[in-house]
Amino acid sequence: MNLEELKKIREKAQKDVELRQKQARIRIVVGMGTSGIAAGARDVLKTFVEEIGRRNLTDVMVTQTGEKGLASQEPLVEVYEEGKPLVVYGNINAEKAKRVIVEHVVNGNPVTEFALDVM
Amino acid sequence: MMDEIASHIIDIVANSVTAKATYIIVEITSNTNKGLLSLYIKDDGLGMDEETVKKVLDPFYSTKIGKKVGLGVPLLKGTAETTGGIFRLSSVIGKGTEIFVSFDLNHPDLPPLGNIRDTMLVLVIGNPDTDFRFQIKSETKEFILDTKEIKHLLDGVPINHPDVITFLSKYLDENM
Repeated sequence: MNLEELKKIREKAQKDVELRQKQARIRIVVGMGTSGIAAGARDVLKTFVEEIGRRNLTDVMVTQTGEKGLASQEPLVEVYEEGKPLVVYGNINAEKAKRVIVEHVVNGNPVTEFALDVM
Repeated sequence: MMDEIASHIIDIVANSVTAKATYIIVEITSNTNKGLLSLYIKDDGLGMDEETVKKVLDPFYSTKIGKKVGLGVPLLKGTAETTGGIFRLSSVIGKGTEIFVSFDLNHPDLPPLGNIRDTMLVLVIGNPDTDFRFQIKSETKEFILDTKEIKHLLDGVPINHPDVITFLSKYLDENM
């Protein structure tokens, strides 16, 4: 596997890039400040990244952010969806991140048992 | 305390991103013969003056009042110093910040390196607007991942596109 293969991916992906340019339908933000990292945020972010790849979620993006000032609830994850309230999840791990992907991102039902806040 | 060197890297890089860096270089070099592990992180972010550098090395300092950022540097310095390593930080306003750390690979309290593959993946995908150059070097192997090269080949397709994520996951598994 080498980087030249990216050209094939580019040709295939360029078709749906125009769609994405509008803005991702769902934006997942993982808190990666010192306390988030110490609490396992890297595995959480990795799980979201790999699930987006594996499930081909072209309209979902995941980014990282700094400290949120809620260290006791880290890792913290925010899910922004157009036209819907912001959902903040706390104490997320890789397993919980998978449920957020399946139940919230794919099926549209926020996982209320992990939610700290819905704004 | 951070459980892994990889966690320190994510923490320091987060500072660089906060400092509006557009290109971040991360070099990890291990030399088992010499018993050394070195880490070099350089960014082209806002940089700091001398006064701010002094404050940044103080664990109770943060550039954002009321927010707990800025802990990463003292934690890394602490890990280096408690394991007999060396810590150097230099910064120039408008140019960026460089951190060099050298660890004694044989020190019993040195945290494990951790998962560098996952670290690169989450930093590259989680900060799609920032460019990274990772260089992982040992006596027998050298691996380089430069997102400028990847983005050039992608010609406008975002680096966080699902197909690119899947490619990068496999590429890292096979090549690093």
